[in-house]
Amino acid sequence: MLEDLFKVVKARFNEETAGKSDDSGENVSIPQDLLFKCPRCGTVAYMEDFEKNRRVCASCNYHARLKWQDRLNMTADADSFTEFDSGMTSKNPIDFPDYEKKIREMQQKCDIKDAVITGECHIHGYRCCIGIMDSNFMMASMGSVVGEKITRLFEYATEQKLPVILFTASGGARMQEGIVALMQMAKTSGAIARHSQAGQLYITVLTDPTTGGVNASFASLGDIIIAEPKVLVGFAGRRVIQDTIRQQLPDDFQTAEFMLENGFADMIVERTMMRRTLARIMKLHNYEKERPTAQAQK
Amino acid sequence: MNKLTATERRALIHHKNRPTVSDYIPVIFNNFLELHGDRHFGDDHAIIGGIATLNSVPVTILAQVKGRNIEENKRTNFSMPHPEGYRKALRLAKEAEKFHRPVICLVDTPGAFCGIEAEKRGQGEAIARNLMEFMTLRTPVVSVILGEGGSGGALALAVCDELAMLENALYSIISPRGFASILWKDPGREKEACELMKITAEDLLSFGVCDKIISEAAGGAQNDMKLTASNIGEYLSEAISRISKTDIDIMLENRYNKFRKIGMFEE
Ligand SMILES: [Zn+2]
Repeated sequence: MLEDLFKVVKARFNEETAGKSDDSGENVSIPQDLLFKCPRCGTVAYMEDFEKNRRVCASCNYHARLKWQDRLNMTADADSFTEFDSGMTSKNPIDFPDYEKKIREMQQKCDIKDAVITGECHIHGYRCCIGIMDSNFMMASMGSVVGEKITRLFEYATEQKLPVILFTASGGARMQEGIVALMQMAKTSGAIARHSQAGQLYITVLTDPTTGGVNASFASLGDIIIAEPKVLVGFAGRRVIQDTIRQQLPDDFQTAEFMLENGFADMIVERTMMRRTLARIMKLHNYEKERPTAQAQK
Repeated sequence: MNKLTATERRALIHHKNRPTVSDYIPVIFNNFLELHGDRHFGDDHAIIGGIATLNSVPVTILAQVKGRNIEENKRTNFSMPHPEGYRKALRLAKEAEKFHRPVICLVDTPGAFCGIEAEKRGQGEAIARNLMEFMTLRTPVVSVILGEGGSGGALALAVCDELAMLENALYSIISPRGFASILWKDPGREKEACELMKITAEDLLSFGVCDKIISEAAGGAQNDMKLTASNIGEYLSEAISRISKTDIDIMLENRYNKFRKIGMFEE
C-alpha cells in the first residue's frame, strides 16, 4: 500500500504523465495500442488483459479513465438507455480563437458532441437518470453544454421523481468559455438544490480525475458520494498548490482514499461492484424496481 | 469619457490605495456587529461577517477582506478564503434567513486559497455547498464585486438575486495569468488574455451575469472613497428595498432563472 502511494507520487511529479500517458505509453517502444502502462505504478500490461479487467490496473488497482461508451455499457442494463439532448453543441462565448475547430475535432475523435452524455436507463431494473463525463473530450471541462445537459437532467429527474447518478470526471470549468463556464457551477448546483428539495436521490461517482470547478459544484453535492479506487479528486491543481506553499505534498494527496479519510466521500467502490452498489443504494432509498435484473450492456 | 481597457482596470483594482471593505463598511453601514466562526473548525479572517443596519434596516454582511498593508494581508490571507470562511458565510446566511434579514455579499478575492489544509477540509465541497444553499436561501441576497471577482472563490458569495459590480471591478473564471498559462502554456501572455477574456463589468452586463454597474469616483475609487461608498450604499438601499417587496417564491424563481439562462449553445 505504502509502496503504491509512493509510486503515485512519483508518477504525478512527472506532471504531464498523469494526464496523458494513460493511452500513449510514451516511453514504450512496442506499438502503444497493444500495451497499457499504468500512470500510477508504471506496470505494463497487455492492452487486451487490461481491457478485460475493465481498465483496472491489475498491479495497483488504479481505476483508469473510461470512454463514455465503455462506462455506459458496463453500467446500464442492456438496451435500457435513452439519450437526452444528443445534438447540443457549444457556441463560442468569448470568441476564443479556434474554439469551434477544437470542438469539431473532439466531436470527431470522441463520437460525442461535448464532454458529457446524459439520459435515462435501468440499473439492475431500477430506473434512473444517468450522466457520464468523458475525460477524452477536452479533459471533460465544463462549459455551456455540460452545464445545460446536467441542469436539464436534474430538472427532468425532479419532474419524473427519479434518482440521478453522475459519473464525474473533469479538469474543471472550461477556460475557453470564460465567465459563462463559471456560471455553469451555479446553474447545475441550483438544479440539484431543487431535485434535493423534491426529496430525490443524487449519487455522485467520482472517477479519474474530478477537479476544479466540477469538484466545487455538482461533484461534491451528492447525497451519497462514491469514488473509484486511486482516482484523483480535489479542488486545486497539484502544481498550483506546490507553487503556493513550496512544500512537499502528502503521498496520498487528492486521491479517492484521501477524500474518504478526510470525510468527503462515503465509500470507495470497485468497478466490478458498481452496478450492484448503485442498485442497492436506490433500493435502500425506496425506489421501485421496474424491471427484472438484467445483464449489463457488456 | 474614454473607456478603460481590462488591463487598465486591472491596474486600478490593484492600486495600493484601492479602498477595501474595511474602508467601505463603516461608511455605508451603521452599528456593524461582527460575528465569528464557522462552528466547525475556526474563524477565517479572509471573510468577515456580521449584522449592521443600512438606513435603519438590519442586514447581514458577508465580505471578503483585502488587506491595506502587509500586516492586514497576513491576517486576511490576501483575501483568499479557506473552507471555514465559506462555511462561516453560509452559517451567517442561514441565520439571516431565519430572521428574514437581507444578505449583502461584498466580493473581493483573487480566489479561494489553494493549499494542503484547504484541500483536507474540503475547499471544493465548501464552495459547492454555498452555491446550492444560496440558490434556495429564503431571503434577499445582493452581491457587489468591489475589485477582484476571482473564479469559484468569488462565485461562492455571488449566487444572488442581483449582482452589481463597481465600474472597474473584474470577474473572471481564472486570473489572466492562469488563463494564459493553461491555454497557451505561456503566462507571459497575460495582458493578451486579460483583453480576450471579457471580464469587465460591461462585458458581464452583456452576458447577463452582472445586473448593475456602480460608478466609482473619477479616475477610480481610490480618488474618493466616500463618494464611491455612497454610490454603493445608494444602490444597495434601492436594490434591497425593491427585492424585499417581491413575493419570496417569485424571488427564488427569478434567482434560479438568473443563472439558469446563462449558457451559449445550439441544438
Ligand atoms: Zn497501476
